[in-house]
Amino acid sequence: MILIMKTITKKQSWNSYQKEIANDNLYYARSCIRQNFFPASEHMFLHILQKELGKNVFDDPNHTTCTGIGYHADVVLFDTIQTVIARHFALMTEAGLEHMAISCVTSFGLYTEVLHTWEHYPEQLEKIRDFLYKATKKEFNLPKSIAHTSDVIYSLRDEIAQKAQHTLINKHTGKPLRAVEHIGCHYAKMFPSKGVGGAEFPQVLAGMIESWGGEVVDYPERRHCCGFGFRNYLVQANRGYSMSNSKKKFESMEVYKPDFILTNCPGCSMFMDKWQYTIAEIDGKTYDSYGKGIPVLTYEELTGLVLGYNPWDLGLQMHQVQSESLLDKMGISYDPHLKYTDKHGNQLPKPVSPLHLTQT
Amino acid sequence: MNYLEELEQDIRFTEGLKACLQCGVCSAICPAAEFYNYDPRIIVITVQEKNNQRIEDLLKSEAIWYCGQCMSCKTRCPRGNTPGFIIQALRTLSQKHGFFTQSEKGRQQYAIKKTVGENILNKGYCIHPDLMEAEAHPEQGPIWDWIVKNKEAVYDKFNGNLDKEGAGTLRKIHKKNLDELAQIFEITGTGDFYNIIEQESKKQAEAMNIQFDASKKNDYFTHVYTYNSNTHSDDSHNENNY
Repeated sequence: MILIMKTITKKQSWNSYQKEIANDNLYYARSCIRQNFFPASEHMFLHILQKELGKNVFDDPNHTTCTGIGYHADVVLFDTIQTVIARHFALMTEAGLEHMAISCVTSFGLYTEVLHTWEHYPEQLEKIRDFLYKATKKEFNLPKSIAHTSDVIYSLRDEIAQKAQHTLINKHTGKPLRAVEHIGCHYAKMFPSKGVGGAEFPQVLAGMIESWGGEVVDYPERRHCCGFGFRNYLVQANRGYSMSNSKKKFESMEVYKPDFILTNCPGCSMFMDKWQYTIAEIDGKTYDSYGKGIPVLTYEELTGLVLGYNPWDLGLQMHQVQSESLLDKMGISYDPHLKYTDKHGNQLPKPVSPLHLTQT
Repeated sequence: MNYLEELEQDIRFTEGLKACLQCGVCSAICPAAEFYNYDPRIIVITVQEKNNQRIEDLLKSEAIWYCGQCMSCKTRCPRGNTPGFIIQALRTLSQKHGFFTQSEKGRQQYAIKKTVGENILNKGYCIHPDLMEAEAHPEQGPIWDWIVKNKEAVYDKFNGNLDKEGAGTLRKIHKKNLDELAQIFEITGTGDFYNIIEQESKKQAEAMNIQFDASKKNDYFTHVYTYNSNTHSDDSHNENNY
């Protein structure tokens, strides 16, 4: 009897960390950082949902930045970003949709914060409706749900596993590949109940890794920020803060010998890749045993590899830390001659190689 | 001028400050506290004391500019405070009163306004390949240089729509959408806020005798973007015990 009660209590305690995730008829909100650095990831999200899984997702040319980087760097006012987000809700409403899938973790955190603010301060919602109407003549319905796009892939992880061409098993050893998952701070640290698993035990990436055969590495600084820090990266004089925080994470994870890092945040994906390069250039240090660094993947890139897409169509060559070591472990074949080509297969000039970070 | 009354007009301030018991959990978790001489617990107790002069000192200090807004403090505070929200309200007020130019880190707001701030209105994106020059971003490595030099082919390969009409990655944001953004900025106050940052920075450049003009590439921009006194991990800026 006691055991049963304990089980119920444990289940109930997790209820607040579950969320309804719409994965069809979605309004897609793009990310500034991902469009610059990981354009193939956003394309793969749309392609996998629309073509592989037959879902309806609207990619709207009228959508703009949410201004989140400017807001968190304190040059954009709170009323302004609320009104820009209200405009996005108006675009969703005009498209006849009720659910949003948001590509950027900082945008997702801000949409969540804005909805929370309006729920607790209804007069603020009315003020923003008025601002938006004066500025654009637009009106809007609140979304029935918002999800980060990693939530959407998480919700489809078993469907994806059914179609898998490759698993996260090391072909040389037969053992699960070891993955470090890094969740962007704004995914659930501000509003834990809005993220799958909350802030302490987020499942959104761990669930994908485990469903596809891999093993999640736990390490002391697992929940530490990547160090973006907005103004602490945007201004050149401050970048020591950003790199130092990533370095703290790399040093903490190094002893666990991860095969790759998986992220769900645009900034984290970029910084954990680029700070490995910078640290290698400054003092020759890499966090693997072979001088190559630890590959950093977005969840769409990993999904694409699992589904059997060509790695060079997933944009893995746009990272500074190269992914061939992971491809070899997964048993994925690739043509190195097609790595730096245009979409017609014509060779492009090759990028310059860094001094210390091996590029194969 | 009653700064506390002004702060209390900001929802983030009232949401961020319930009642701090000075346990220090926010400081233990804070990435900025680890690398700067910075303690969010002290920021919270300073505003909680309601001493107008102490708050004005805070608005002019380096201390309010160290936070990276990861918001880890929101998760941890056992009393439901959010020092990160308080910092956001303090930074907004510091700029509205022109106090931000009194500190090395505060003066950097000019560089952020000239880059990300203007990108938003000119392009509809916070960042864009045309506006992220490789020489200003050596940490992006040779791969970013390669992407920028081959941008049409690279973005095209990944189904991009660089600077073209229609949907897709890095599409050109249509003028009607940029106009709507600009209207929102004017009506909600960020247009005036940008003007304050420009005007106060111009005054500060004159006081420091550094060349300043309307372009992005003026000497004052270069100064605030690159200068680091390397004194932010010691007590040099902490005479008020923040």
